[in-house]
Amino acid sequence: MKIRHALPLASLLLLSAISFGQGGGVSPEDLLKPLAKSWPTYNGDYTGKRYSALTAVNRQTVKNLGLAWSSQLTPGDESLASSGSATHVPVNLTVGGEGPGNINIRSGSIKGSVLAVDGTLYVTMPDNAWALDARDGHQLWHYFWKTKGGTHIGNRGFGMWNGYLYMETPDDYLVSLDAKTGKERWHRMIANMEQGYFATPAPIVVGNHVLVGVGNDIDSPGFLQSYDAETGELQWKFYTVPMKKDDPGADTWASLDAARHGGAQTWISGAYDPATHLYIFSTGNPTPAYTTGTRGDKDNLFTCTLIALNVDTGKMAWYFQTSPHDMHDYDSAQTPVLFDGMFKGKMRKLVATAARNGYYFTVDRVTGERLVTSRYGLTTNWAKGLTPAGGPQHDPAKDATIAGSLASPNSSGTINWQPIAFSPVTGLLYTYETDSFSLVYLTDPDPRGSMGLGGKEEVQVGSVGSYLTAIDYKTGEARWRHRFYSSNIGGGGLLATAGGLVFTGDGSGNLAAYDAADGKALWNTRIGQISNAPQTFELDGHQYVICASGDTLWSFILH
Amino acid sequence: MHIRFRILAAGTASLTMALVVVCWSLPAAHVAAAGQAAPHVIGSFNSGQARAAEDPATVAQGKTLYGISCQACHGADLRGGDMGGPNLLRSQAALSDQHGEMIIPIIQGARQAQGMPNIGLNNEDAVAVAVYLRSVIGTIGGQGTPPGKQKPLNIVVGDASRGSTYFAAHCSTCHSTTEDMKGIASRFPEPKTLQARWLAGGRATALDESATKATADVTTAPGQTVSGTLIHIDDFLVTLRMSDGTERSYRRDGAIPRVAVHDPLQKHRDMLPTYTDENVHDVTAYLVTLK
Repeated sequence: MKIRHALPLASLLLLSAISFGQGGGVSPEDLLKPLAKSWPTYNGDYTGKRYSALTAVNRQTVKNLGLAWSSQLTPGDESLASSGSATHVPVNLTVGGEGPGNINIRSGSIKGSVLAVDGTLYVTMPDNAWALDARDGHQLWHYFWKTKGGTHIGNRGFGMWNGYLYMETPDDYLVSLDAKTGKERWHRMIANMEQGYFATPAPIVVGNHVLVGVGNDIDSPGFLQSYDAETGELQWKFYTVPMKKDDPGADTWASLDAARHGGAQTWISGAYDPATHLYIFSTGNPTPAYTTGTRGDKDNLFTCTLIALNVDTGKMAWYFQTSPHDMHDYDSAQTPVLFDGMFKGKMRKLVATAARNGYYFTVDRVTGERLVTSRYGLTTNWAKGLTPAGGPQHDPAKDATIAGSLASPNSSGTINWQPIAFSPVTGLLYTYETDSFSLVYLTDPDPRGSMGLGGKEEVQVGSVGSYLTAIDYKTGEARWRHRFYSSNIGGGGLLATAGGLVFTGDGSGNLAAYDAADGKALWNTRIGQISNAPQTFELDGHQYVICASGDTLWSFILH
Repeated sequence: MHIRFRILAAGTASLTMALVVVCWSLPAAHVAAAGQAAPHVIGSFNSGQARAAEDPATVAQGKTLYGISCQACHGADLRGGDMGGPNLLRSQAALSDQHGEMIIPIIQGARQAQGMPNIGLNNEDAVAVAVYLRSVIGTIGGQGTPPGKQKPLNIVVGDASRGSTYFAAHCSTCHSTTEDMKGIASRFPEPKTLQARWLAGGRATALDESATKATADVTTAPGQTVSGTLIHIDDFLVTLRMSDGTERSYRRDGAIPRVAVHDPLQKHRDMLPTYTDENVHDVTAYLVTLK
């Protein structure tokens, strides 16, 4: 059934419970459901588990998984047709943007989630977006944004609300497109590029809220904003550092000026708990990152912090800081995972995160009470013991020093932005663990502190091991580790399935499937370095597994 | 901040076992800041963002005025001063100023309530100060690194005699100060390079490559073992280069075939978690004496 977008919005809402034709949308109510046949939001569903209930591809059948199609995508405004298509039909190109049109930063790599909704895949790169036919990968439309600049490091994908899509651009715009046509509905400036802000996250849509985060490396305050899905009007703005003298956390900074330049950027999307209306996400590093200087010796809230906000008001319900007074650029910008589980004999509503700093945490997601802290990075050495609140106690001896401090992990972390996965069947949280070392030199001992990520020189000196690690949420201990042959982080993130599998890149040029119970390698295909987290969906009775390597999207089905 | 080392790492990923990722060049921030002499200055702290070049005469005039009226509080380098003026290089007003519209009102007293006095410059002079501020902001390095060159610092702070003892106890099983390590400080005269090099391992001399290259033995059946230089290994494939220069790959399925990897640099990686920073600095202080 085809739905024309000329229909009034009310009709769309009424029809939302009924199935759309290809290219149809996803209603806010659909987004509340657990991950099933589609993939309608960044993490598949709101929980961040990246756990699919699909079972056709499983431990026994995965050996028959093979290529369905691949599609290479060319960013920019001159691309014509998909190489995955047999015919060279000019693609329906829409050009938007406020830039002069002469800046074409070819950072063309798929490093985000693909939305899979009703037979259509929605794929992004910085400044670019495409709709592909999920059955053969051919392009339905291409949207290109003429940029004003900004850091083009990646784009994590779309958010979707009914028939509309939302993406962020490196030069700090939120752009809404019509999903059927790729035509722009509106765009809104979400931050000031001149102040060093750039935007990579996938917007998360909750109700009529479009939740939008930003990045920044030059001593600017982080914030999360909510925009009206229909009109694009700003609903609320939550600063992640104190902006006024009496704001919560102001006493954890040496001065208000330091707090207002303190960072805590919001560059990875969070998870949402419909029962409590809490949107739970994690913030980035304090700035200046490597020098205490103006920051003072205290915790520097709410940098490197797990934060729960009421999604309707933008007010903070609770927080837990996972890297108090960070001195190593260990952003805690990891997607947290929400699940319910037994803990000390009681069923609890939990949130878990494997932080970039080598520590794992289980927290009560209703109250913010910390339940488990563990050091999962085998060589993590920058902290000694725990703070009274249960976060790692940073060891000043391991900060950047003039003679060089040998710190583990390096600033890229045991894991970085890559999404993790959690299986409710095994009770295991699957994460990367890269046990790397860097020499961290202080090069700017100015007592005023440095700026941004400056004032240091980091020299990587090797990795003791890189793993797919399965953590028991009850103890924080690793149940098993599967060692990658690469010394680098394996891939662009993880997927767990009810078929008893964990999918990920292995860092050695493979997409691989591992047994979720013990980490045994079961299947691979050599398609290059995997640049995003594998995903799965069902179409025409077939379970598809998709992932990207650079500018190419790959799709696999059982043969 | 976002991951920065993946590009560096990706190009080397195929040599997995034998490879240690060492960033020998300057840090990314410095690399990104290179090339600022272009006619249109690019503010590289936010890549791709074009900042218009400023008129040199106005910059000079603004710099003089800044020295007279602003420097005492905000510092000669704009990074804040003894009298409490904030760092202007990270000021949201200064960063987003286009034509003086943000800066002029502040110079002329718009923030007196927050402690910023009215400096009393007329519009023309205040514009010149704004132009000067913008010109310095345009030289901020990648990821917010402050402008200007940092002066080199002496990193050799360790105790050479303790380092000698440590070397004898932990390094001398594989290395000798009269053979492979002889003159190491002359080959790596920069102590930072030397410190990273000995930690990571790698070719210390022009000696045979076999001192650093990983090899592997692949046993396909009892008594049938093939050995060669390790080109690639993962869970599913192992590739060797034979003594005749040809390559050979084997599909891996769990324990079949049996693969034994010999990596002379493995010990370096295994030792990384065992060092104290004092060990590191002591050994470096010792090695810099091996001219």
